[in-house]
Amino acid sequence: MKNRSFYRYLSFVFFLQKYSIEVGKDHELSKGEIWMRLSVVDVERCVGCQSCMFACARRYGEGGLAKSCIMIRSRGGMSRGFTVVVCRACEDPPCAKVCPTDALKPRKGGGVILIPSLCIGCGHCKEECVIGAIFWDEENNKPLICAHCGYCVQYCPHGVLKMEERSVEYAEK
Amino acid sequence: MPKNDPISNVLYIDLGKKRYWVVRREDLFEKYIGGTGVATKLLLEECSEGCDPLSPENPIIFAVGPLNGLFPLASKTVAMFKSPHTGNLGESHCGGRSATAIRLTGYGAIVIKGASSTPVYIAIHDGKVFFRSAETLWGIRSAYTVGRILREKEKGRGIRTIMRIGRAGENLVSYACVMTETYRHFGRLGLGAVFGSKKLKAIVISGKSSLPVKDKASYMKIYDEIYRLVTTSPLMKKYHDLGTPENVMVLNREKGLPTQNLQKATSEYAEELSGENFAENFLGRRLACSHCPVGCIHLAALREPYEDEPYFYKTSMISYDYEPIYSLGIMLGMKKARDYLKLMDEVESLGLDAMSTGVILAWVTEAFEKGVIDTCKTKGVKPSWGDLESYTKILHFIVEQPNDFYRGLARGVEFVSRKYGGEDFALSFGRNEMPGYHTGPGAHVGYLIGARHSHLDCAGYSIDRKSENVPTPESLVKRLIEEERWRQVLSSLVICFFARNIYKPEIVTKALEAVGFYFSQEGLKTLGKEIHSLKYKFKLREGFKIEELRIPKRIFETPTPLGFMSEDYIRIALKKAEELILSSVEEISQKD
Repeated sequence: MKNRSFYRYLSFVFFLQKYSIEVGKDHELSKGEIWMRLSVVDVERCVGCQSCMFACARRYGEGGLAKSCIMIRSRGGMSRGFTVVVCRACEDPPCAKVCPTDALKPRKGGGVILIPSLCIGCGHCKEECVIGAIFWDEENNKPLICAHCGYCVQYCPHGVLKMEERSVEYAEK
Repeated sequence: MPKNDPISNVLYIDLGKKRYWVVRREDLFEKYIGGTGVATKLLLEECSEGCDPLSPENPIIFAVGPLNGLFPLASKTVAMFKSPHTGNLGESHCGGRSATAIRLTGYGAIVIKGASSTPVYIAIHDGKVFFRSAETLWGIRSAYTVGRILREKEKGRGIRTIMRIGRAGENLVSYACVMTETYRHFGRLGLGAVFGSKKLKAIVISGKSSLPVKDKASYMKIYDEIYRLVTTSPLMKKYHDLGTPENVMVLNREKGLPTQNLQKATSEYAEELSGENFAENFLGRRLACSHCPVGCIHLAALREPYEDEPYFYKTSMISYDYEPIYSLGIMLGMKKARDYLKLMDEVESLGLDAMSTGVILAWVTEAFEKGVIDTCKTKGVKPSWGDLESYTKILHFIVEQPNDFYRGLARGVEFVSRKYGGEDFALSFGRNEMPGYHTGPGAHVGYLIGARHSHLDCAGYSIDRKSENVPTPESLVKRLIEEERWRQVLSSLVICFFARNIYKPEIVTKALEAVGFYFSQEGLKTLGKEIHSLKYKFKLREGFKIEELRIPKRIFETPTPLGFMSEDYIRIALKKAEELILSSVEEISQKD
């Protein structure tokens, strides 16, 4: 068990470093800065293999789907194709606004970062997200939200997902 | 095996008493891994000797393996039961989301016992079982509709499987299938009828638990190795591109494509029914099973006008694969791809096994042509090759069973030909209708000695196609049995057989090790042999005798790509197979 939490910690640190996620700092972007976010390029190419869902859980070094922050489901029957449910990195995230303990910090480039030690597991964020992109970690009673790390993209065999640059010109209002 | 791995949880459900309980069966999973291995042991435990397959004593067993939910293309569930179609070992595999749903709801196997007195369906969410009334669902015209209703009613979108039967299963047609996720099936050997006999209309399973691995670093490494192989290998690409229907033109060129009840082995309509034609003119969408990046499921979009009103159309999405194209298209002399699609759509909505149904309709057509049966029996239907309208009528009569003849047809071609004649051209092997390969003795001996009488038991067609000359019966049988034994390992993990060239013994041992199962390559092969023998132990217990197998004369009348086959050759091969199989069954019995 100790081992598992250690790996989780490691992967968390890894994401922070790789994507320069600066928690707690001012999330306004300065001109010229480029941030990456996960984007759904063409949902019609999705065959519903769910490899991305399994990839997301695998970041924690485990199988199954309990820790996955992305969901592929049919649009009411396989014949109609699929929907990708994942955080779309809102610039002014509603989920962060309803958090009573400021556990969700807006992330540079959009979306949020969870500070687990502040989160009381009230679930307001989950209710607030209109696209249902906040999943729930039943084991720890805390939200699971995409960190836009791009790990799933490497396991999308049909070009549905990609990492997209979001530049300051585009992001600032 | 890791301690407390949920794979060892076996869920028992008693439909008669409407209760359920869970038993830890480390003893089974440690030794037999999962899937076919564990299901065979459970079948031997649960199925009373000589029981009627449609009685409450016949259990339904679903089993998954330790690689499901962890590795790509570990996407299949194994179902085991006593088959109402052959009266012997029934085993059928299905993908869709069934395997991940069972594994992630927290079980390695599910055993369904007894029978309900009223129609029910079962919902299993996060390991908890709910019995629900299916009174309103019973008798609904189409199995598609049942899926739509349960999709709205039950939770678990994206992480669930919805297994259901059609009216064929309710009416106990012995080759009724169980449909999951609309386009995947426990197709062969009549699991649908066993559901029907238990008044079980459907099973919905959902779950999204996490699965522990033994060694994280090696898990990620071997995962990536396998993922790279399956997404870059040309061996897998063919399944994604044209899919299995690629075989239509290949087999037609080789003259091994069973046509019009195997009166010949090439078809003038092969091009029309080819994978190429479907892909260019009908392909509307591709789908994948859960955790399979390949996406081999091909759906045709069929747009048809309603005749009673102008500019009024319906568009249906209908799946096509090699085997149903062979059985419902080529075998029936269908002249148009659309006609195949319409018949396939009907077969799906009734919930029949597409392969058996096509072969049965082909027999009916020839029997009618030859005067073996007449319109009194067929209730006025006059079937002829390519006649979609008659075939559709016959399908409905098979399900409704208005007279003795159709009651016979609902039990398969072996039964009906024994009763009415025309056995020489009744294409069944071990009572199961023929798959779509007339490639040589490998295919046919394979159908006869395979534990399920399925082409996927040992892929004899593949041996035929790689051979330039006919091998000796001894060497053929040895290769067939060796392949079938290895496949017991793959179906215990449970890996899709399409990935058999990726999951070689070396990769399998590494993948198992990463999740905490330690087997040597040799150990796996020994286990494969043992599971194969256990299956035969069940078959022998239920009265199976290789020497009594009927071989349809027709297969000797139509040449294969390797020339005409002789009955003597096949009988020698069967004799050899019997010796090999009996001696290994003897071996495991002594160990017990």
